[in-house]
Amino acid sequence: MSTQARNGFTRCLAAAAAIFAFCTVPASAQAPIKVGAFLSITGPASFLGDPENKTLELYVEKINASGGVLGRKLQLVAYDDAGDADKARTFARRLIDQDKVDVLVGGTTTGTTMAVVPLAEAAQIPFISLAGAVVIVEPVKKWVFKTPHTDRMACEKIFADMRSRKLSKVALISGAGGFDKSMRGECLGVAKKMGIGVVADENYGAGDTDMTAQLTKIKNTAGVQAVLNPGFGQGPAIVTKNFRQLGIKVPLYQSHGVASKEFIKLAGGAAEGVRLPAAALLVAETLPANDKQKPVVVNYKREYESRFKSDVSTFGGHAYDGLMLAVEAMKKSKSTDKAKMRDAIEGIRGYIGTAGVVNMSAKDHMGLDQSAFRMLEVKGGNWVLAK
Amino acid sequence: MSAQFMQYLLTGLTVGAIYALVALGFSIIFNASHVINFAQGEFVMIGGMATVSLTATGLPLLLAIPLAVAVAALVGLALEKFAVEPARGASVITLIIITIGASIFLRGLATLVWDKQLHPLKSFSGDAPIVFAGATVLPQSLWVLGVTLAIVLALSWFFGRTLLGKAMLATSHNRLAAQLVGINVRHVLFLSFGLSAALGAVAGILIAPIAFTSYDVGVMLGLKGFVAAVLGGLGSGVGAVVGGVVLGIAETMSAGYLSSAYKDAIALVIMLAVLFFMPSGLFGKRGGERV
Repeated sequence: MSTQARNGFTRCLAAAAAIFAFCTVPASAQAPIKVGAFLSITGPASFLGDPENKTLELYVEKINASGGVLGRKLQLVAYDDAGDADKARTFARRLIDQDKVDVLVGGTTTGTTMAVVPLAEAAQIPFISLAGAVVIVEPVKKWVFKTPHTDRMACEKIFADMRSRKLSKVALISGAGGFDKSMRGECLGVAKKMGIGVVADENYGAGDTDMTAQLTKIKNTAGVQAVLNPGFGQGPAIVTKNFRQLGIKVPLYQSHGVASKEFIKLAGGAAEGVRLPAAALLVAETLPANDKQKPVVVNYKREYESRFKSDVSTFGGHAYDGLMLAVEAMKKSKSTDKAKMRDAIEGIRGYIGTAGVVNMSAKDHMGLDQSAFRMLEVKGGNWVLAK
Repeated sequence: MSAQFMQYLLTGLTVGAIYALVALGFSIIFNASHVINFAQGEFVMIGGMATVSLTATGLPLLLAIPLAVAVAALVGLALEKFAVEPARGASVITLIIITIGASIFLRGLATLVWDKQLHPLKSFSGDAPIVFAGATVLPQSLWVLGVTLAIVLALSWFFGRTLLGKAMLATSHNRLAAQLVGINVRHVLFLSFGLSAALGAVAGILIAPIAFTSYDVGVMLGLKGFVAAVLGGLGSGVGAVVGGVVLGIAETMSAGYLSSAYKDAIALVIMLAVLFFMPSGLFGKRGGERV
């Protein structure tokens, strides 16, 4: 309890003794700051939502242990929407109306995020999303921000890397999931601008066990110089294995959707030489010492892994960034007034998170640029920075 | 061109063989009870996941596989004993709904017993692709084809030559008559769940080195196996195998020659066309009762 609160309490006692009046401790001085979260902790997106939830719990605890924010404790109110947009909407409504949270951090998937955007806009509450798609911040919505990179940036990063290796004719093979489709669309959209020609565009289904047919077609397409596989889940690992089985010689690129140790574990030896764009977190220890992000990502990785005994993922990192941006905004605006916090988030420049250096502006509610992505390659069963 | 065709054919056969094993499981239970067991996909999952976790404890693959099949068979028997048998006498629709419930329950249980991660399983004999007529095939695909063939032969011997197999077959043809000649039809139903579960588990183990395994791997494989069973004619052993292989080859051929975006749609169109002209499937029993 802060001294202010105790003073208030003493004053109350005095007043009560004197005039017998009803009196309470000033609420604002001791009530916790409420951070509302709706995450897909279970369900198909649980591999995203679970580390996000753990990260929020871990860091709310840590912030409180070191005195909280503005002299007040943080309180995390988290609900599990199981990846269901309807549930996300219901929980967001509850967070805003009943729990009366000060800021929303959450929305594991683009679907759950977009379902809540109208609520946040109407209730005028700052909302920091943890989902990927570019539609969340484009067009800019006054109260909505996001922490992860977009799939368009991933496409640009991959294509830029291809150009630097003098590759310009690419074959796409993508899955049927929302992420896969969205990224495929973005890649097709930016390909021309980046000087890349898409010469083949294949698909595979959600539960498919074999992609050799699609890859055989790509192999027999004239002029293919590189293959790009936007997707996540088991699909990309099967594609990688089939790719090696067929003995295709061109470089294979995967997306940031499979940027984890898990992918190497699944694809095994076939993963050697695969490239993909990812946040610095994945290669935390091997970053050069003068890298601005190194202390942040190494620290987060260590905290997370020592607490939960499991490998850190970039998805948990998005939640870390979301919470820290909210805290940063509270400190900067010295209040939890929703409008002031919103303005403060929009004014954040040079904040270093796990996803990269964040420079928010009125036009950009994500604040990340290409430098946030690192091009990684699998070498000796591990991710290393591609040269 | 022909190398390309060969590649599609080999891939289609491998995928089709897995569908066939799942479809056989559907058919065996359907024969014994006229119930479509929607938990069939979960047996596939249990086979794969149990093998992964048993090998992780250090057991050799040769020991882990029979154990995992046994685990799945036990789950199948338990499902019959504790979920299907107590509802004996209920309508077929009720029983089908019970199996849907069981499938959701088993999937949920798998996330608790194991986890929600994808797991690789080591190939039975290496990953070096074998070149065959210009196409490449993994040794694991040969395992899939060989084991499926062996199982089909073993099943045809079982149903054609053994008393128990003949009793199961008799029950499927006429339950009442089978009961009258002294066949314990409840026993037959019980065993059919165990046998189906074991078949599903074998499919799950064979495919795991190719396509990994996870708690929800049974959803899609179960669905594809069901399509194969319907295509071949529910209840027909030959039909299940032919249906599986036809479906697998149709999928890869349409992905290769037409469009991979519509390959599942094309497979479904084939199935609808077959059912339109032959309502009981390619090899199904013709009968008025099921129209």
